[in-house]
Amino acid sequence: MGGGLSTDPLGTPSAMGPTAGAQIAGSFGTTGRGPRLLSGGGRRAAVVSTASTIVVLAGLAAIFWLAPGSEAVRHTFFDPQDMWQSLIGDPKKGYYSVGAAIWLNIRMFLVGEVLILVLALVIALTRQSTSPVTFPFRVLAMLYVDFFRGVPLLLVVFAIGLGVPALRLPFVSSQSSAVYGVAALVLSYSAYVSEVYRAGLNSVHQSQVAAARSLGLSHATALRYVILPQAIRNIVPPLLNDFISLQKDTALVSVLGAIEANGAAQIYSSTVFNFSSFTVAAILFLILTIPLARFTDRLIAADRRRRLAGAVR
Amino acid sequence: MSMPQPAAAHELAGTEAIKIEELHKSFGASPVLRGISMAVAAHQVVCLIGASGSGKSTLLRCINLLEPISAGRIVLLGQDVTAPGTDQNAVRRNVGIVFQSYNLFPHMTVLRNVTLAPEKALGVPKAQAQEAARELLTRFGLADKQAEYPDRLSGGQQQRVAIVRAMAMQPQILLLDEVTSALDPELVAEVLDVIRELAAGGMTMLIATHEMGFAKDIAGRVCFLEDGLIIEEAPPAELFSDPKDDRTRRFLRRIVEAGRM
Repeated sequence: MGGGLSTDPLGTPSAMGPTAGAQIAGSFGTTGRGPRLLSGGGRRAAVVSTASTIVVLAGLAAIFWLAPGSEAVRHTFFDPQDMWQSLIGDPKKGYYSVGAAIWLNIRMFLVGEVLILVLALVIALTRQSTSPVTFPFRVLAMLYVDFFRGVPLLLVVFAIGLGVPALRLPFVSSQSSAVYGVAALVLSYSAYVSEVYRAGLNSVHQSQVAAARSLGLSHATALRYVILPQAIRNIVPPLLNDFISLQKDTALVSVLGAIEANGAAQIYSSTVFNFSSFTVAAILFLILTIPLARFTDRLIAADRRRRLAGAVR
Repeated sequence: MSMPQPAAAHELAGTEAIKIEELHKSFGASPVLRGISMAVAAHQVVCLIGASGSGKSTLLRCINLLEPISAGRIVLLGQDVTAPGTDQNAVRRNVGIVFQSYNLFPHMTVLRNVTLAPEKALGVPKAQAQEAARELLTRFGLADKQAEYPDRLSGGQQQRVAIVRAMAMQPQILLLDEVTSALDPELVAEVLDVIRELAAGGMTMLIATHEMGFAKDIAGRVCFLEDGLIIEEAPPAELFSDPKDDRTRRFLRRIVEAGRM
C-alpha cells in the first residue's frame, strides 16, 4: 500500500484521494475478520479508526446540515450569540447565567453523593442483617427500596418540594427548593445505591465471614475490616455509574424553581424565545459527566487487570 | 517430648480440652451429625478420618461455633459453649480453626492478615502485634512474605499463613479442616511439617484429614466417621492395622486401592 506514499511523501490531493479511499475500504474488510485489529494498537489501527470516525461524523453532519429544517434548528439551538448570552447571563434583561447556575448542580451533586453513600449503606446493612430483633427494620428497609425504586424521581421531587413546605413545620418547611431537591435525590438514589451495596456485600464469599468470625472478631469488626472493604472494591464501577446519573438528575430540581443550569436555561429560552441556552446547559453537563465516565472506565479496566492477574497466578 | 509448654497449657494437662456429648446437627431436614460423643485431652492430637460428607468438617465448624447445633453439648476447656448466653467471640479467641481453602483476607498483606485479630479482638497494641506476628512468620519460614498479598503466594504458603493467623491469637485448641486437601501434592509436606511442629509444641489439635500416613504419624487417636457417627475410635496403629468394624475396613480398603496409603 505505501509504495506511492514513501516515494512522494508530500503527495498531491488528487493522487491521495483514491489511495486513501482504497485504503479505508481495504481496512474495513480486514477489521471484519476479528476483534484483534480493533483492540490491538499499531499505526494501521489508528489510521483505520480515525478514518472511520471522520466518515461517521461527516455523515451525521451532512444529515444535520441537509435536513429541510436545518437552518431553523441551527438558529434555535445553536445560535452562537444566544449561547454566549445565556452562558454569561444578563440580570438586567431578566435572565440568569447558565454557567453560574451549574455551580448549584455541582453543590447539590456533591452534598447528595455523600448523603446517598451513607444512607444507602445503612439501608443495605439493615436488609442484610439476620437478627430477629432487626426484623421490623428489615421489612421497613425492603419497603423503602421497593417504594423509591418504583416511583419516578420527578414525582418524588414534586412530592418533597411541594409537600414538605405545605406541612408548615418549623425549620423543615422553610428550606430552599435546592434543599428539597437534594432530599428527593437522596431518598430516591439511596434505594438504588443500597441495592448496589447489597450486591457488593453478597459478592464477598461466606468463607471470608467465617474466617473473620472464627478469629473471634465481632460481627461489626468483621464487617468493618474484612467484608466492607472487599465489597466496596467490587462495586466502585457501578457506584460511579450511578453518580454520573445523579449529576444529570440534579437538573430535575429546576421543576421546583431552583435556578440551576437547566432552570436558568429555561428562563433564558422563555425570555428570548431561543433554545440555545439548553445546548449550553447540555454542554456544561457533558463537561461534568465525561471526566467521571472516563475515570470509571479506567477503574473498570484496572480492576479487570487485577483480577486476571490474580487468576493466572 | 521435651518441648517447653506455655504456662496456660500446663494448667490444662491431663484435663479434657474438648468434650462433645451426643452432638446432633441437621441442615434443614437432612441430619449431618447424628449423635457424636468424643473427647480430646489437653495436648493431644486427634485425627478425624472418613469419606467426604461424613460430617468431619461440620463437626469442626460446630466446635468453633460457626454452625449452630441441633442438640447435644460441647464443652471446651471446662466451659459449656453450647449453653445459651455464651460469648461466642470469647470462645473463638481460644479455639483457632484453619480451613481447607485458606480463606486469607485478599485485600490485606500477610502481616495484616496475622495482626488483625490480635489487634481488633484482643486489643493488643499494633507494634506488639506486629512483633509477635513477625516472630511467628519467621518461625514458619514466611518472614520474607510479610508484605505480600495472599494472591501472590503459593497454596502451601497461603495455608501456612492461615495457620500463623490462627496461632497469633494464642488459642488453646486448634481445629484443622482438611488443610492440605486443596494443595498440589508437592506443597503438602511443608504444611504438614508446620502441624508437626505445633504438635511437638504441645498444641491440642483436632484434625480432619485425608492424609492417612500423616494421621498415623501424628495422631494420638484416630476417629473414623461415617454418616455423622463415630464408627470406630482407636490409636492409629490399632485402627489402621486391625480395624474392628466392617465399615472402617471397607473405607480403609478403598483408601488403599486409591493409592492414598
